Amino acid sequence: MLSVTQLTCQRGERVLFQDLHFELPDAHWLQIAGANGAGKTSLLRILAGLTEPVQGTVLWNGVEIRTERSLWHRDLLYVGHQGALKEELNPEENLFFSLGLEGFGASPTAVRAALQQFGLQGREHLPVRYLSAGQRRRVLLSRLLLRPGRLWILDEPFTALDVHASQLMTQQIQHHLHQGGSAILTSHQPIPLSGGSCLTL
Amino acid sequence: MTFPHASPFILAIRRDLLLAARHKTEIVTALFFFVIVVNLLPLGIGPDTDLLRKIAPGALWIGALLATLLGLQRLFAPDHADGTLEQMALSPQSFTLLVAGKIVAHWLVSGLPVVLIAPILGVQFDLPGRSLGLLMLSLLLGTPILSLIGAVGAALTLGVRGGGALLSLLILPLYIPALIFGAGAVEADLAGLGAEGHFSLLGAVLLVSLFFAPWATTAALRVALE
Amino acid sequence: MSRSLVNWFKYASPASFYPLAGRMIPYFAAAAAVLGLAGLWIGLLVAPTDAQQGEGYRIIFVHVPASWMSMFVYCVMAFWSALGLAFKTRLSGMMTAALAPTGALFAFLSLWTGALWGKPMWGAWWVWDARLTSQLILFFLYLGFIALQSSIDDPRRADKAGALLALVGVINVPIIYFSVQWWNTLHQGASVSMTKAPSMAHTMLAGMLLMALAFWAYTIAVALARVRCIMLERELSSEWVKRNATE
Repeated sequence: MLSVTQLTCQRGERVLFQDLHFELPDAHWLQIAGANGAGKTSLLRILAGLTEPVQGTVLWNGVEIRTERSLWHRDLLYVGHQGALKEELNPEENLFFSLGLEGFGASPTAVRAALQQFGLQGREHLPVRYLSAGQRRRVLLSRLLLRPGRLWILDEPFTALDVHASQLMTQQIQHHLHQGGSAILTSHQPIPLSGGSCLTL
Repeated sequence: MTFPHASPFILAIRRDLLLAARHKTEIVTALFFFVIVVNLLPLGIGPDTDLLRKIAPGALWIGALLATLLGLQRLFAPDHADGTLEQMALSPQSFTLLVAGKIVAHWLVSGLPVVLIAPILGVQFDLPGRSLGLLMLSLLLGTPILSLIGAVGAALTLGVRGGGALLSLLILPLYIPALIFGAGAVEADLAGLGAEGHFSLLGAVLLVSLFFAPWATTAALRVALE
Repeated sequence: MSRSLVNWFKYASPASFYPLAGRMIPYFAAAAAVLGLAGLWIGLLVAPTDAQQGEGYRIIFVHVPASWMSMFVYCVMAFWSALGLAFKTRLSGMMTAALAPTGALFAFLSLWTGALWGKPMWGAWWVWDARLTSQLILFFLYLGFIALQSSIDDPRRADKAGALLALVGVINVPIIYFSVQWWNTLHQGASVSMTKAPSMAHTMLAGMLLMALAFWAYTIAVALARVRCIMLERELSSEWVKRNATE
């Protein structure tokens, strides 16, 4: 369970949001909505522990996230909108290293199966440079299958995905929720999932 | 691709080496830069062999400093731009350890080639065989210091306006002890004074940088990621 | 004990430090002027002419205190930086930023007066003396700090990055100083020590101490004035600045 109290975020001179409170129990999800520049990504970065808030606390299962960084980061799966993909490496290498640097091993067969599930068979050995924006997103989403995490924080997960891939994505989140996980995502579209709430900044 | 549970530190090194292997021109360019800078000095000073032998250690060391500086800007910048650095900061593994891995990879790619090619350039300056060996040893101990301190500067100037020039301004003064002890070791030996003192001090500077630099780099990267 | 701690933290907030600094500035400025005049009077008029160096030596009344201050200010900056990183007080970063230009000024003054002194003494504007060289490097460290701070737009990030740099620098300063001295003795360069004046008369010492105190007072006054400007700049949108503006 994630609980946020009195969170204030300031970018330069501008206060993006103030006194934000919310709780996210297990098996629930939260959509964060708001106009461009409202502070959606800033909020996600604070929750992840990348940015220090001006004020307020973020608790994961009752523990301040900054005091137990490594425990929190073990439970957290964060996919930012930059993507963290290396253009020079192929999807398989990308996944292998990104999982490895987080201390999660992944067998080559598991990596290949995940890529296949997101329709990337035959492109495992192509440098990411040659993939389209949508295909790159799919590589990132394959990470969701491979990297265990109890809370997913996804920044614009549906961007650049076609109808079929969006469905796959939704199913993936659904499955994660059924297993007792929780998710926070930003999106401009309505998301066809139950058990969710929406926070507008 | 068959190391499912390799240590993250080793993986960070392997990853950067693999990336470097896909950008071979960058390594070769930095090395070529080192060779050219060192070769320009005799052209500016004149072919007096005695004088050249005397300035050789300093010339090679300054060449090594500049060559290191050239590659430092790209130590964190690409990973910052594509979000990999963010993922590393969010890894349950120690961020400092991953950063240390990156620094080691940087040394393997930029420092080690300089150490290996230095004797050839030393011969051009008519250094005797014993001095060539000492020069290699001083660079072997010294170039890791350059990578370590350089990493702090690269992290501090990450994504900052005018990063490259600023990086040199911050880092070059901090390189002075390594330069003095490193080049001084070879010079002292040439002058018949014995180089042990220089080498122990160079080793001490290396230990101090090993202790502080990864920590300071990580702290600076966290600031840059905010 | 606990009460003094509370007071201390009270003044760590810009809103309460701003008026306090304003009240303190005139006293330190006056002290700087009085002590400076007294120091110059002793240095230029009272102190005896040096047997070997003639009148030229009188520049040490500026040179030596300026060198002391340049080193000391860097240590103070490192102290504020450590405090800022440990306790996240906003004031610390502002103090560090406010001190840096004054430190750089003193380092420059020390180099300039050193060169002026060197020309008649050694016949050269610049000699690779260990102290002069370290002073030059210290000047570079100041410039690096100022350049880094001014090229980062977000003040919170600028403060933290500057604090880290100041700490890295302060670890390095003794190593650099030692290495330069080592280098100097190896090369047998100019080994004339600048502070070893042949006979340090009591009046000379008094003059130098007065000048050092004057520089201290000057540093404090200027740093406080600068920190007030930084506070206003950074906290333009906050309540206490608006209150001050309407008063």
